[in-house]
Amino acid sequence: MMYDRIAANRRNSIILVFGVMTFLITLGYFLGEYYGSGYFGIGLAVVVGSVSALVSYFGGRGVILRISRAGKIEKKDHPQLFNVVDELAIASGLPMPDIYVIQDSAPNAFATGRDPGHAAVAITTGLLEKLDRDELQGVMAHELSHVQNRDILFSMMVGVMVGSIALLSDFFLRSVFWGGGRKRSKNKGGSVPIMIIALILAILAPIFARIMQMAVSRQREYLADASAAQMTRYPNGLASALKKIAEDPEVLEVANRATQHLYIVNPIKPFEKRAKSLFSTHPPIEERISRLMDM
Amino acid sequence: MMIFLIVVIIVVVMVTGLYNTLVKLKKRCENGWAQIDVQLKRRYDLIPNLVETAKGYMKHEREVLENVTKARQQAIDATNIKDQAAAENMLTSTLKSLFAVAESYPDLKANTNMLAVQEELVSTENKISFARQHFNDTVMAYNTRIELFPSNIIAGMFNFAERDFFELDNEMEKEVPKVSFE
Repeated sequence: MMYDRIAANRRNSIILVFGVMTFLITLGYFLGEYYGSGYFGIGLAVVVGSVSALVSYFGGRGVILRISRAGKIEKKDHPQLFNVVDELAIASGLPMPDIYVIQDSAPNAFATGRDPGHAAVAITTGLLEKLDRDELQGVMAHELSHVQNRDILFSMMVGVMVGSIALLSDFFLRSVFWGGGRKRSKNKGGSVPIMIIALILAILAPIFARIMQMAVSRQREYLADASAAQMTRYPNGLASALKKIAEDPEVLEVANRATQHLYIVNPIKPFEKRAKSLFSTHPPIEERISRLMDM
Repeated sequence: MMIFLIVVIIVVVMVTGLYNTLVKLKKRCENGWAQIDVQLKRRYDLIPNLVETAKGYMKHEREVLENVTKARQQAIDATNIKDQAAAENMLTSTLKSLFAVAESYPDLKANTNMLAVQEELVSTENKISFARQHFNDTVMAYNTRIELFPSNIIAGMFNFAERDFFELDNEMEKEVPKVSFE
């Protein structure tokens, strides 16, 4: 059932976020221990995490829209798109988000913003041209579902934590290999096992964190698909839009590794081919379509 | 004494919280209902536009246009929900036949004003059904809360009554009409 699936997806995501958080704190502890104080490490991890979280909480939307070269549009620029989004805002009981368009012939779309009051949806001109009304409604319902489920904030926070883990690990590894921390560790003495643990963690943590982030992202895509079907009561619209997007050979130029997880379909095409791999941000399209058709 | 006071405070806070939640859900239902009316009104406002645009082209289809206008007036004049539902039904089906007839007028099909009005009408039909869907969702949340423990006690104390869902007798009306000029 649709409701069960939404609940299950939400549960999985929460477990995964706690996993990433635990990782960050554990890493902080062992790196701190290597320098003499585990609590200092935890403190550092928390500070690095919170500062970057605050920055992306307040500035994230603007940055994402700017690097995606998305321009805001008014109702007169595309009445149908506005109508469709307005309809879905009514269906979901959300405030009307800002609408942005990306001048690119590759078909794709994403949503951003920290909460429903500050949400924005962006769609490429390529997608606008290729979809009929029902398909457009499906895609926009998927994006508004991300808003409704608070996915955007959620994935932003996971991204920040994963980034913090990478930052801490990087900092630590550099300082070890360039001798920055060696003196202090010698003074402490007997810290060889701690150092080994810290080293292994610093190397492995970013990889595991990334795998977890991608798992969260994949869950969120299924959840948004399910919610979109619930919102429109017409899963076929989204399913046929996904098919069109997947079959399109064009590549979205403004997308990169940092923003790929935002889009409705992974815009970096070679990744889509091994979509089942641990590092993929999106589940395979065939799987998404078949789940939609089962509803 | 101290413990007694703490218990009283906890109970007061809980009752206030539950009461406020119920009020919030009730307001949401009312807002959901008002939203439906807003969209219905929008549809009434769009129809004269549509009729004006179509009039110039459909010389021999006076009757179809008159039916649309008549159905609109009936829907506006309806005083109870049952009459209104019937009139809305009528309006939807007359609009459908108008669009069906319009298909045989190529000039009208290509008219940009007609296309714009058509898009607005399709959208409004969607908004009406989504507004009804949303209303039913809010009613479900409200009714569930009234029955769930412990809020059912508060609901009983302050006379929060269950609300009816929006239902249509006619199955056809539940479908959003597909209007197209292909």
